[in-house]
Amino acid sequence: MLSSIITISLGAILINNFIFSQFLGCCPFLGCSSKVDTAIGMGLAVTFVMGLASAICYVVNEYILVALHLEFLQTLAFILVIAALVQFVEMFLKKSIPSLYSALGIYLPLITTNCAVLGVVLLNVQNQYNFLQSTVYGITGGLGFMLAIVLFASVRERVQFSEYPESFEGFPICLVTASLLALAFMGFSGMSIPV
Amino acid sequence: MEYVLYAVIVLGVMGAIFGAILAIASKIFYVEVDPKQAAVRECLAGANCGGCGFAGCDGYAAAVAKGEAPVNKCVAAGAEGAAKIAEIMGVSAGDAVKMVAFVPCSGVEGKAVKRFNYKGPQNCQAAMLFGGKSNMDCRFACIGLGNCANACQFGAMKIVDGVAKVDREQCVGCGACVNACPKKLVKLIPYDQHVMPACSSCDKGAVVMKACDAGCIGCMKCQKECPADAIVVENNLAKINVSKCVQCGHCADICPRKIIKVLN
Repeated sequence: MLSSIITISLGAILINNFIFSQFLGCCPFLGCSSKVDTAIGMGLAVTFVMGLASAICYVVNEYILVALHLEFLQTLAFILVIAALVQFVEMFLKKSIPSLYSALGIYLPLITTNCAVLGVVLLNVQNQYNFLQSTVYGITGGLGFMLAIVLFASVRERVQFSEYPESFEGFPICLVTASLLALAFMGFSGMSIPV
Repeated sequence: MEYVLYAVIVLGVMGAIFGAILAIASKIFYVEVDPKQAAVRECLAGANCGGCGFAGCDGYAAAVAKGEAPVNKCVAAGAEGAAKIAEIMGVSAGDAVKMVAFVPCSGVEGKAVKRFNYKGPQNCQAAMLFGGKSNMDCRFACIGLGNCANACQFGAMKIVDGVAKVDREQCVGCGACVNACPKKLVKLIPYDQHVMPACSSCDKGAVVMKACDAGCIGCMKCQKECPADAIVVENNLAKINVSKCVQCGHCADICPRKIIKVLN
């Protein structure tokens, strides 16, 4: 059991990193990475929501959809769950932990439409993970996202001040940077562990 | 056919349950909002442009409702919006205090000790990426590469001897420089405030002595001698309470480091 959890964690953070090898969640990856601070905020919010969504969607899938043989509704039901969950978490944080709310506040609503969150819950089902494994996969997948976006943001902060051809100004140079980072992460695929 | 029915029922029920939970949660987790804040928020443009310097319209509305922000900061809502907000807050839109930028640092060339000669891109943020957030020995000092001057659209900010200087007549108090300064050094002060300590160092006196010839060492002399009790030394740094200051300029005369400045 423990070994499967370690395998899942390593896989989600490094080998099958959501951004660099599965290309999920690229929108916030490019949109929220101009500063390291915002990248950390976004990463934390995604980790939080992915972990929670994995846990709740597992329950919904196992006890509602599978029980009623309605597996074909997974995508729809999961989107419903995630949207409601994000709303709920936002309200909860606003009341209970205002400091965390003000740190994550603006990123939380953005996550509703982050495909990494939907991706992780669908992958949980595909890989037939149990409750614990699903939750761990969600959280570590979020940590992998955070690692990627923070690395990318710190590179971007420096790229701003370096010299590159004018035609690469703005997003082109970002995409070049992102692809180089993705290439670097490909190195991990050599050590892929059977799940 | 049965499946279609099931699907509709299951999704419908799930939607209804989530809706109910959210409705209940919004009551349980309801955060008391100052009614004034809600009213002010109504008057704003709602574009979340950040032109006011706050984190979105909600942030600005909260600050206005607390009386911490002037009523006429929302550019998008214009004079009409400002007038409406002023009505809510019970002040006149016109009597907002005129603010000007102020750079609390006196570490000009020759006074502040440089750690290294920075030759990279002429940009404060770039200079901060090299070793320890600054090219100066004093970690609070103005880097003087002119991010603020570039941000100023009114030509009120200039770099003189390596420290940003404000032209108080040109400055309109828009706060663009405040946002542009990566050291968070630039402040807005009321135009009528003529005496200000031009140092931001919170280091202990001995450390300041080594790093800069023009730094506040927290000697407390101004605090003791101020006739209006307007000066407090906090974190080894003199601070003037603007609401108490009588502009007598006594502190500027007696400051042994000559860092309390009388602004023209």
